[in-house]
Formats: sequence, C-alpha cells, structure tokens
Amino acid sequence: MTRVSAHLNGALHDLMAADPRVHLLGEDVRDPYGGAFKVTKGLYDRFGDRVRSTPISENAIVGVGAGLALAGRPAIVEIMFADFAALAFDQLVNFAAKSTAMYGRPVPIPLIVRCPSGGNRGYGPTHSQSPQKHFIGVPGLHVYELTPFHDAGELIAGMFATERPCLLFEDKVLYTSAMYTGGVVDDLFRYEIVGGVARVFHNDDPAPDCTLIVPGGMVHRALSAAWELMLEQEVICELLVPARLYPVPDLPGLNRVRHVCVLEDGTEGGAWGAEVARVLHPRLWSTLRRPITLAGAAASVIPAAPHLEREVLLQPGRIKNVIMEAIS
Amino acid sequence: MTAQPALSPPERETLSPPAEADLDLLLLIRHFELTLLRLFDKGRLSGTTHTCLGQEYVPVALKPLLDEADFVFSNHRGHGHFLARHAEPYGLLAEIMGRQGALCAGVGGSQHIYHHRFLSTGVQGESLPVAVGTALTLKGTGALACVYIGDGTWGEGAVYEALNMARLWRVPLLVVVEHNGIAQSTPAAAHMAGTVAGRAAAFDIPHHRTTSTDIGHIRAELAPLVAAVRRDSLPLVAEFATHRIGPHSKGDDTRTPEEIARVARHDWYTRYARLYPEIFEPCDLRARELVERVAAEVSARPLSVWEGP
Ligand SMILES: Cc1ncc(C[n+]2csc(CCOP(=O)(O)OP(=O)(O)O)c2C)c(N)n1
Repeated sequence: MTRVSAHLNGALHDLMAADPRVHLLGEDVRDPYGGAFKVTKGLYDRFGDRVRSTPISENAIVGVGAGLALAGRPAIVEIMFADFAALAFDQLVNFAAKSTAMYGRPVPIPLIVRCPSGGNRGYGPTHSQSPQKHFIGVPGLHVYELTPFHDAGELIAGMFATERPCLLFEDKVLYTSAMYTGGVVDDLFRYEIVGGVARVFHNDDPAPDCTLIVPGGMVHRALSAAWELMLEQEVICELLVPARLYPVPDLPGLNRVRHVCVLEDGTEGGAWGAEVARVLHPRLWSTLRRPITLAGAAASVIPAAPHLEREVLLQPGRIKNVIMEAIS
Repeated sequence: MTAQPALSPPERETLSPPAEADLDLLLLIRHFELTLLRLFDKGRLSGTTHTCLGQEYVPVALKPLLDEADFVFSNHRGHGHFLARHAEPYGLLAEIMGRQGALCAGVGGSQHIYHHRFLSTGVQGESLPVAVGTALTLKGTGALACVYIGDGTWGEGAVYEALNMARLWRVPLLVVVEHNGIAQSTPAAAHMAGTVAGRAAAFDIPHHRTTSTDIGHIRAELAPLVAAVRRDSLPLVAEFATHRIGPHSKGDDTRTPEEIARVARHDWYTRYARLYPEIFEPCDLRARELVERVAAEVSARPLSVWEGP
C-alpha cells in the first residue's frame, strides 16, 4: 500500500526529474527535514538548488513562485500550514490570478501553491483550518484538493497545463491513509474516475438514495457514514469526489440523483458547498425533492483540545444525521 | 553577508550564584517542558508543542524588569514566557491537556493563550503589529508592550511594518529576540541576510545584543534600557544569542549529533548543577516534585468545558 503523502512525494520526484524547468520552494522543505509533513523528502538531495528552503515569508515566497512561473519556470510553493495561505492572499489574488489576464493578453503563470489543511489532529485554531472557501470564486485562480483516488502526478500535470495559478489543498489526516487503486475501495464500494471526478458507488451500482459531494479530505468520514447507513438503515449513498473544487467541474451520475448533500471541512457560511449548489440547482431543479443540503464545520474556531475539536469538525455521526434528515 | 551570533564558549562565562527564586522558576519551566515531552511519548498529549529547553533563562531574566501593567505578547514557544509572567503551571498544563481549570477552556492549547495581559498566538510575526497597537495605548503611562519573537520570524514583512510604526509613533515597545540560530530546521545563515542589529538600525531603533546567560548580568545590562523604553516612549530591540537544546516540536531535530552536543554545552542546567550543587540540587528536586504533582493532578481532572463559539 502507498500512503497518500508518499504517493505525492513520488509524483513530485517524477515531475522534477521529467521537467528540469520545475522549481519547488517552501519553509523547511530541504533535506534532511523534507517539509513539516515530509512531502518534499529527497527532492533537495536529488535536485539541488531547484529545491529551496525559504525564510518564513509566505506572501513573498508565493510572489517568488509567481516570478519563476512568469519567467517560464513552473513553480511549486509549499505553505507549511494552509492557515498561512492567508498571508499570501495578496500575491495569489492580486498578482498571480490577475496577471494571467490584466495585461490584455493571456500571460501564463504555471504556479501551484500546496497547502496542508484540515484538523482532527489537535493543532489548534491557527494550524487546523480548511480555508478553501476563501479562495473560491477568484477569477483566474483554480482550487484543487488531493484525494485518495486521483493520481497526484496527473493532477499536478493538469494544473500546470492550465498555465494559471492553482491552489492544491492536502488534508493532513488524508496524508496518512492509503491510495486506492484498481477501482476497489472496500467490500462494499467501488470507484471509477469520470471526467476528473471520482464516483464511489456500491458494488452493483444501484441508484443512490443520496449523492454526497465531498472533497478528498472528507472521503473517509463520508465513507464511514455511508457504510453505517447501509448496514443500519439500508440507505444507499454514492460519493462524488472532484479533485478540482473551483471552478466546479461537470459531475457524473447526476441524471439519477434523488438528493444531494455537499460535505466539507470549511466552516459553515460562504462555503464551497454554496458554490456547488449554485452550479447544480439550475441543472437539477426539476428532479430534486428539496434544496441541496450543505454541511461543514461549525461556524467556530477550531479548538486545540481533541474533545472540543471533534464537536466543531464534521464527523461521521453528524454526516449520518444530516443525510437521514435530508432524505426523510 | 550573513552574520551568525558569535558563540562565546560557555565555559568561559562564569555564572554567578543564582537567587533561589530564579533557580526555582528556571527549574519549574525546565521540568514542565520535559514533562510535556514525556506525556507526548506516553500518548497522553495530542496535537503539538514547542518547548523552550535551553532558553528558559530569557523570560526569567526579564521577569523583574516587567511590571504588572505591561502587556506581554508571546509566540509558539511560549510556556516559559507564560510561567515567568504568571506562576500558574496548573492552569497552563490544563490548557495544554484540555482539562478543567484551563486558562482558555482548552480552545487555544499550547500556542494560543490570553490570560491577564499575556497573549500568545501561533502565527509568526502576527503579534508585532498588535503589540504596537497595544503599546500606543500605554504611551505615557510608564507601562510597555513586550513581544517575544525568534530569529526566523524576521522573515515576515509584518515585523518591519510594525517596527517602522513603532519608531515613527514612539511607542513603548520592547521586542525580545530569542536568536537561537535556527528556525524549525533552517539555520539562520540560510534564512537571514544581514543582522538583527542592522535591521533595528535601519529604523533608528536602539538595539542591544547579549550573549550572556547570567541572569544578574543580563538584568544589569537591560534595566537602564528598559527604563528608557518606559521613560522616553521609544522601542527597543533586545536580542539574546541563545540556544535551543531540544527539538523544534517533538522528535523533529535534524541537526547532527555534534551540533546538538555543541548547543547543549550552553545549557544553564548542567552548568548550574556543576557550579553550585548545594543550591541546585534541592531546588531541582523541589521543581521535579512540583511538576510531577501538577501533572498527576491535572491529568486526573475532567475534560474542559467550553461554552461554544
Ligand atoms: C506564519 C507562519 N509561518 C510558519 C509557521 C510554522 N512555524 C512555526 S515555528 C516556526 C519557526 C520559527 O522560528 P523562530 O522565529 O526562529 O523561532 P524558534 O522556533 O526558533 O523559537 C515555523 C516556521 C508559523 N507558525 N507561522
């Protein structure tokens, strides 16, 4: 089995080996440390100065990444914790995203900003957030999230191919779980990738009672809720896991939906799910029995103490309740 | 050119005999931090923590130079800063363990504490502008805002924007720089061009650097400078060449064994133990026992209760 973080590390190795123009920078990314979550391990030893540990300067290092990209060097910037992407908001929104269009002609900025995100690790309010929603709806800025289904190498290649700045969120708990391969999730579920979206369905592919749209970091909690709902209530759930969160991609399997829930780790209010619902409502209006259900973390800071953190973040128990209420 | 703090061989610095109260506090902080690492190893603590092993003497030396009315801003490595400001190890451990009696209901944890004019946050560089704002309100009162930052935090632009305003507006701001020569895994030579002194000079802010670990000596050097911050309402950058003898957080020290041994030679703990065993040993035992009691008592408490957001 390959852990998600090792899989991503392998993808970065392959990418840097295949394309000598690619540069990577971030705080403490150099060997032997290899980044706070070890995703950049071995890159410095192999690629030398194309891999740089930087000062603690999030806004400036994203700007440096944009400058490299502007000059034809695809760049990957690691932000140690996604929370600190807030410090780089200006470079992302006012420079990188805008410069692709504001000079009256397309300007390629192949820049990927990687952001380890999410909680359930007891890191406290400034090291646990899932700030994807703050970057949704910025013209020129694409938002992605790592999943246990999507090949990271293909994902990165796809992001660079847009020639636009892309954020890649990487759930910190997901890092430690295994990549799925060969279309099999477990005894109950299989998956396929359709148009860049993983569709996770029961073995015999019945029409689902509820379709769950979830980013990569939510997959395991959503699956655990789906299992329990099957065993306890015979409720059938299907998951749609897009790697690209914004712009919301075409989602497969919508022709047979009965009800849709969007689950996410961002706090409630102005959330990613609202954007998904905005895109889906016109398309599904005549088939849905009720509005799309949105569920996320409570509108709250994320406490450090595990017993408090658990209550704030979306857990399988609450997901089950949300689904049962939605299909009742 | 980059400049590293010159490391005076610690053997050459004779430590004067410590006052018992100072030694008690130093050892309380030391055993508190060691206990945290032990609790982590046993799986009794979650999340993360940054211990100040080796740097305890900085807040202890500053303690009598700070007044009740001063505001202290701390960072991710703040347990020592806190304990030197407030003798509340039970409350601090309860905060870190999410138990009843926690300073901030267990919401903030190790890095986010707000308690009686002591505030810490885990985002580097964020507190300096906030300290300038608070210091503005203290101007003319004789009180000051003290803010602790590490060498690595000088990478953040907010530090410079804040220093500029602090000097322009003449605010009573004491910036304590714990220059331990490393930021997480990155040595200062790889993250800082020039020097802290040069940067302070660029803003016309007085700067003082000490390599001493002698508490009495540090106080004598800094007392008139801190008094001037209050009297003249002007910022001061007080830089300590210090040494982080433990990991950045837990088990993530990628320095070579030689390098770790080199910094450990600066440890006040072994030096006091060697120089003044008759004062040191009873204090050490006392602190050990106190922290053991704190850990046992707090671990047995029920989980903290939070009213909610
Ligand atoms: C804005 C921001 N970026 C990155 C981090 C992650 N981080 C925590 S501590 C640290 C190193 C800080 O180094 P320094 O200021 O020298 O203090 P020290 O740890 O040596 O006490 C880093 C990079 C952070 N907390 N905040």
